[in-house]
Amino acid sequence: MTTPLALKVNGNAVSVQVEPRTLLVQLLRETLRLTGTHVGCDTGQCGACTVHLDGRAVKSCTMLAVQAAGCEITTIEGVAAPSGDLHPMQAAFKEHHGLQCGFCTPGMVMNAIDLARSKADLSEAEVRGGLDGNLCRCTGYQNIVKAVLAGAAAMRS
Amino acid sequence: MSESLLGQSVRRKEDYRFLTGSGTYTDDVTVPGQLYAFFLRSPHAHARIRAIDTAAAKAAPGVVAVYVGTDLQGKVNGLPCGWLITGIDGQPMKEPVHPPLAQGKVRHVGDQVAMIVAESLNQAKDASELIEVDYEVLPACVDPAQARAPGAPLVHDDVPDNTCYVWGLGDKAATDAAFAQAAHVTTLEYINNRLIPNAIEPRAAVAQYHRGDDSYTLHVTSQNPHVERLLMTAFVLGLPEHKVRVIAPDVGGGFGSKIFLYAEETVLTWAAGQIKRPIKWTAERSESFLADAHGRDHVTKAELALDKHGKFLALRVHTTAGLGAYLSTFASSVPTILYATLLAGQYTTPNIYCEVTSVFTHTAPVDAYRGAGRPEATYVVERIVETAAREMKIDPAEIRRRNFITQFPYQTPVALCYDIGNYEGTLSEAMRVADVPGFEVRRKEAEARGKLRGLGYSAYIEACGLAPSNIAGALGARAGLYEAGEVRVHPTGKVTVFTGSHSHGQGHETTFAQVVAQRLGMSVEDIDVVHGDTGRIAFGMGTYGSRSIAVGGAAIVRALDKVVAKGKKIAAHLLEAAEGDIEFENGEFTVAGTDKKVPFAQVALTAYVPHNYPLDKLEPGLNEMAFYDPTNFTFPAGCHICEVEIDRATGETRIVNFTAVDDFGKIINPMIVEGQVHGGLTQGIGQALLEACVYDKESGQLITGSMMDYALPRADDVPNFKVSTQETPCTHNPLGVKGCGEAGAIGAPAAVINAITAALWPLGVRDIPMPATPQTVWRALQTAPKARSGRA
Ligand code: FES
Ligand code: FES
Repeated sequence: MTTPLALKVNGNAVSVQVEPRTLLVQLLRETLRLTGTHVGCDTGQCGACTVHLDGRAVKSCTMLAVQAAGCEITTIEGVAAPSGDLHPMQAAFKEHHGLQCGFCTPGMVMNAIDLARSKADLSEAEVRGGLDGNLCRCTGYQNIVKAVLAGAAAMRS
Repeated sequence: MSESLLGQSVRRKEDYRFLTGSGTYTDDVTVPGQLYAFFLRSPHAHARIRAIDTAAAKAAPGVVAVYVGTDLQGKVNGLPCGWLITGIDGQPMKEPVHPPLAQGKVRHVGDQVAMIVAESLNQAKDASELIEVDYEVLPACVDPAQARAPGAPLVHDDVPDNTCYVWGLGDKAATDAAFAQAAHVTTLEYINNRLIPNAIEPRAAVAQYHRGDDSYTLHVTSQNPHVERLLMTAFVLGLPEHKVRVIAPDVGGGFGSKIFLYAEETVLTWAAGQIKRPIKWTAERSESFLADAHGRDHVTKAELALDKHGKFLALRVHTTAGLGAYLSTFASSVPTILYATLLAGQYTTPNIYCEVTSVFTHTAPVDAYRGAGRPEATYVVERIVETAAREMKIDPAEIRRRNFITQFPYQTPVALCYDIGNYEGTLSEAMRVADVPGFEVRRKEAEARGKLRGLGYSAYIEACGLAPSNIAGALGARAGLYEAGEVRVHPTGKVTVFTGSHSHGQGHETTFAQVVAQRLGMSVEDIDVVHGDTGRIAFGMGTYGSRSIAVGGAAIVRALDKVVAKGKKIAAHLLEAAEGDIEFENGEFTVAGTDKKVPFAQVALTAYVPHNYPLDKLEPGLNEMAFYDPTNFTFPAGCHICEVEIDRATGETRIVNFTAVDDFGKIINPMIVEGQVHGGLTQGIGQALLEACVYDKESGQLITGSMMDYALPRADDVPNFKVSTQETPCTHNPLGVKGCGEAGAIGAPAAVINAITAALWPLGVRDIPMPATPQTVWRALQTAPKARSGRA
């Protein structure tokens, strides 16, 4: 049994048939082949699957695809400029070595962009608290925090 | 000469693809016609399988095949162990069969019972619920300390007392004699808490069979694809090695857990050949908890004998190490070769004896996890040294100084020979950065706020780049320990480097490119580094034990030596000079003492378009490869200082300062090195404060089976680290490098627990088990002998 679903992903209109039990992350990764969004857990804990839904960060493993009907989704593939130039937050992660294996990175960047938009002049403690839903096993977070602070500043300028 | 690229924080070449979502991890690989596998796992820690009925599952929609243990009998062998340990009784270790799908019995919760292959993952999962397994549940033993108790349930009927081996290192008689002379003996009992690695990318595999040439391709989350292929083809599946290509594409962290040959990808590869269609399997996180190899799990008693001046006379250590239910690929070597050999630490302790009893339990296999044996050894040494100092009322830094090794090379009583180091240098610099003299003021200020503040040290040493092969072989290694590197200069002078080591976050594509760019006088953009593919790289041992730069990097340098040597011959011909007069620097071959020169790119072109070329003496082309087998381990060492504040009301510990001064020898990319240290420290702090793998002692169920139950460090659990390096270059590899990937995880746990126990010492608390959760610390505060008077 499938059901029709229409939404926008990275600016493109998408209409597909999905099983009702399909998760948003499965739609993105498997149906649309947008594999930049990762799956790191099955309990909504790691944040590797974070995307933007109507501009706000959500964990795409914790919602059904059909719940995104009519919404606008942005994934990591939709963040850089069409020219390929990195978004200021992506550039800050590179500059400050905020990634190692890269697996948590798309989720970190999506969450960080939302965090930066949500409040001007984030403190380090606010960034650490704001990243609470994103696990990284590689970096020890220090350079991610640095990157988010720098990226947020760059987004404002 | 232009500024050296070595020592520069070059930004990483690999980052763009990771930042834009265009990396290729194993689960991103999708092949036309691909099927999906799902593993039915044991819900019991120990049970006899009376019968399995798969008929309904086989008939379910979309199901292509269902395999159970009996289907594999005679076709798929058990998984091998790569290191043979010989016990103190002279007998080889017990190696019970490790079947990829359970045969007759299940031995831990999560043991693989059946593999279901279907057109979709949901169909495979749905069908798994239709499999009826008739289990006769048996009693289980999950605690290594109980595994040899009389009447303990046996994990393997053919392994009495659940004992794989009892192994020893050092001079027992001399050590016992030294204890008789001691002015003071400090005794400690430890549990090195069992950990679950939790790389954020779960394990995954995609196996393909190619009908056209009867070959296979396996994409798999591996740290060492060549070893994976060798073990799988030669020992388990009996496939011709050259017919199997193993690709470890982008891999999302490993920390040891992706070194090993696992059951899942092995059965997947076999089944792809049976069904003749590609099959994908990706672990769910709950499967990672149940079936990835875990780490640590030691129970230890140690005694340190000292003279009245605090000089160490002898160290005696007895450890029981849990191996889990089956021998994982390198499990036997971790609590022995990689552990007891490090018990000298940074000190001149003249007599050391260590005895290790490794036991099977009804739990997931235990194997190397970041540090692998060396964190356990460091924890033993650095906790007991600090405790002895406090007992003898000697300053903990001072007692270390009285015992530091200062003459190199230094032969320890536990087999290793340290080539170089400067332990006083890293200690005193760490003390300066951590402002140790100002601690007392900070402690008083904290006390006024009702907080307990403590400062602890960890002066760790590790042994990296396990080598040389022949000595390791004599100690039981069943593999070589060299690395391969190939430098392919293209006709236009651009370069592709093929390395047998593997990057799953370490940044080889940048660090190795820096090494090559520096030598050939090129920019890093003109060099690509290829890793993780048996189809493109001649051979390799992969990445573990912080070996990549020290062994893999050295192999590339050796290949570069050959490139330059051949280039000189070509240049000599072009410049009509004697080969001995040719020099190479900054990308140009010159005739010494003249202005005659030819650029590297022109030499490369000449090698491939050999018109003006000494064809009678020299082959065309410029493609060189080298195998490098080190003559010794490298010995990174350093000093960590941790400062904590403990809330008396809640028992919560906050790390308020953490300083790490490490000596990794020469450093190629400081930014990457610092990142490795941050990550290692965070895992070490995780072990000390947060992480504990808990199995229920009665049922054998894994209690900490999800990220909601097993506490991984989050961004607000860790501080900003103060990290710096000192440099005594390794004496025996061409780059002078030592390795840096594990140091943080090795040093940090002892520093944290030493800081906590320093804070609690005035209350009469001598020890705190890991992880020092708020509950554990709070309990210790409530029961502390001087709980009230200590408040003053
Ligand atoms: S995959 Fe969504 S939170 Fe882990
Ligand atoms: S970079 Fe590997 S998990 Fe974050």
